[in-house]
Amino acid sequence: MSISVNEASDIQREISERSAPDYLDQLEAEAIYIMREVAGQFERPALLFSGGKDSITLVHLARKAFAPGKIPFPLVHVDTGHNFIEAIEYRDELAEQINAKLIVRYVEDTIKAKGLKEQTGKNASRNWLQTFTLLDTIEEFEFDACIGGARRDEEKARAKERIFSFRDEFGQWDPKRQRPELWNLFNGRIQKGENVRVFPISNWTELDVWAYLKREGIALPSIYFAHERELILRDGKLLNNTPVIEPDPEDQIVTRQVRFRTVGDMTCTAAVESAAATLDEVIAEITISRISERGETRIDDQQTEAAMEDRKKGGYF
Amino acid sequence: MDLLRFITAGSVDDGKSTLIGRLLYDTKNILADQMEAIERASKTRNAGEIDLALLTDGLRSEREQGITIDVAYKYFQTPNRKFISIDAPGHIQYTRNMVTGASNADLAIILVDARHGVVEQTRRHSLIASMLGIPHVIVAVNKMDLVGNSEDAFLEIAQSYKELAGKLSIRDLTIIPVSALNGDNIVDRSESMNWYTGETLLSVLENVNVLKDQNQEDGRFAVQYVIRPQTDELHDYRGYAGRVQSGTFKKGDAIKVLPSERESKIAKIEFGGNEIPEASVLESVTILLEDDIDISRGDTIVTIDNSPIVSQDIEALVCWMDDKKTLKPGNKYVLQHGTARSRCSVRGIEYQIDINSYEKLDEVEALKLNDVARIVLRTAQPIAYDPYQKNRANGAAILIDETSNVTVGACMIE
Repeated sequence: MSISVNEASDIQREISERSAPDYLDQLEAEAIYIMREVAGQFERPALLFSGGKDSITLVHLARKAFAPGKIPFPLVHVDTGHNFIEAIEYRDELAEQINAKLIVRYVEDTIKAKGLKEQTGKNASRNWLQTFTLLDTIEEFEFDACIGGARRDEEKARAKERIFSFRDEFGQWDPKRQRPELWNLFNGRIQKGENVRVFPISNWTELDVWAYLKREGIALPSIYFAHERELILRDGKLLNNTPVIEPDPEDQIVTRQVRFRTVGDMTCTAAVESAAATLDEVIAEITISRISERGETRIDDQQTEAAMEDRKKGGYF
Repeated sequence: MDLLRFITAGSVDDGKSTLIGRLLYDTKNILADQMEAIERASKTRNAGEIDLALLTDGLRSEREQGITIDVAYKYFQTPNRKFISIDAPGHIQYTRNMVTGASNADLAIILVDARHGVVEQTRRHSLIASMLGIPHVIVAVNKMDLVGNSEDAFLEIAQSYKELAGKLSIRDLTIIPVSALNGDNIVDRSESMNWYTGETLLSVLENVNVLKDQNQEDGRFAVQYVIRPQTDELHDYRGYAGRVQSGTFKKGDAIKVLPSERESKIAKIEFGGNEIPEASVLESVTILLEDDIDISRGDTIVTIDNSPIVSQDIEALVCWMDDKKTLKPGNKYVLQHGTARSRCSVRGIEYQIDINSYEKLDEVEALKLNDVARIVLRTAQPIAYDPYQKNRANGAAILIDETSNVTVGACMIE
């Protein structure tokens, strides 16, 4: 894996010099500004890192924001135990390569310690239980700000959320009492026990993230590119064939050439059939896709019209 | 390709959400599954037809009540530009939400219902757009189909709007007759209004020049964070991380640090750890100076021959945003300006502006939610500011309640 922060963007700068600013430069400058506001305003921030493309983008932006210094906050991963192995390997390699502090907390441990009841049956997921581990981790390390890779184009509740999203002592988001967020004056003042979730790439679209990964020459976990895989075909969606997914009598086991468009838990992330083996090919496919990212790949959002809004009110990202 | 941020102001009755829906739909920015979701939702509500407004209302209570409560952001693009649409509620009780959305906009679309013409709400939205210094305003006279696509009706509304605009400072105004429902003059030129020869809404959005709106003259750089790696190789490295608010900075420039007034020269400008020759407005960079002087977050680096005003006494237009407490003379707040925070106290309320009639109201004792007024503040530390109408980035500030920590006021320093 090679991650070159500088070379690609140098070339880009030469090309775009003196013309109207490129939108990727504008989005990048805004995200770096937000990262630095976090470092300037908070005592104990953390960057939530999953090994997915959005949080990989965040780490890259954080490196640029604080170069030649180190990223002044740890990377934190809430591991559900249902993650893709490729994402976990990438996570560990990247943390080591950039010499970042990596904190991993396991949902499994929270389940045991707190006697939490897991969902059962078809489409059971630990997605909701992550919130407990996340809130415990915030408390354990007294994090006052957590940087996350959520984007407003992903989902309609997220489209309403602030860049500095205030959470009360229970981690809850209250959409009706959001702080006004004016100009680029972010208000990160909080009381002890409260925290702020910060979303530096709020204004990026899925395609912006892919274009940026390409421009910057950022490596990704291999599951983002087309490969042969054994899958469970269920309700028209292709899920990774893994023991963590409870079998259903209707399931069919198939082998297909696929890639993952998002990388969440194996229980709630579907693959898409694809032959796209390079970033260019992936971008070309997404550009002509007529289905949104979460619509195509997320099983967790499709339960009700307000599934995400309800999860966020409970402290979810 | 660059980025344009625009706000749409108007109530649901004006067809604001329908207009955004129409823009997204006609520029092919609505995806199949989103369309299916809208179709499903449209069917469960009373209307049989597809309701494009359902695209923008994100929260459950908004969908239930059929109104927009909070600012929503939508993203779309054409081959010529990327757009961030800021959908703000139009009702007077949500004025603070519109101010929030307007603060970052390059352009405002103000909707007027062709049947009603310029109404109180139009006046309010226009005042906010003008006060927040939005450089470009499009007045979309909507529902033209309901007035028989009449040119006379349009011209009458255009005339009365121009009279209103004369009392405000709107730099670039375009008035367009549209029908969001039918898609007339939104993306495609209207066939029912061939008397209209001007641009379509999308054409204005695509072509308006926002680069010229940035303040390129006054070099201002608010320090966010000091980068000090303190490793063996980078033992003496001190980089000032920030974003150029206005103007440009380059190597060798003589600078001054405010409020300390210490002077130095730029030794180097870096981006992502690499040296770059210069940094211009809105770029996030790191500045290194020739001299080792005391600089920390909250300080402003400015070009030496062009100074902002440095003062503890500030006059500002404020939009009050607290629904629980009022602003009164004598009250104390935290003022956040750039990266600086200072305690401040309210010395007085000079006058309130009636946001519907634009009249000045004297002898106002307190400001309630959504009130706009000119106030006098005294800060604990000097603030290095420019007048807002000259420099949006360095003339804006927020007031924070010291106990609840909520953002309670939006200030445009005069």
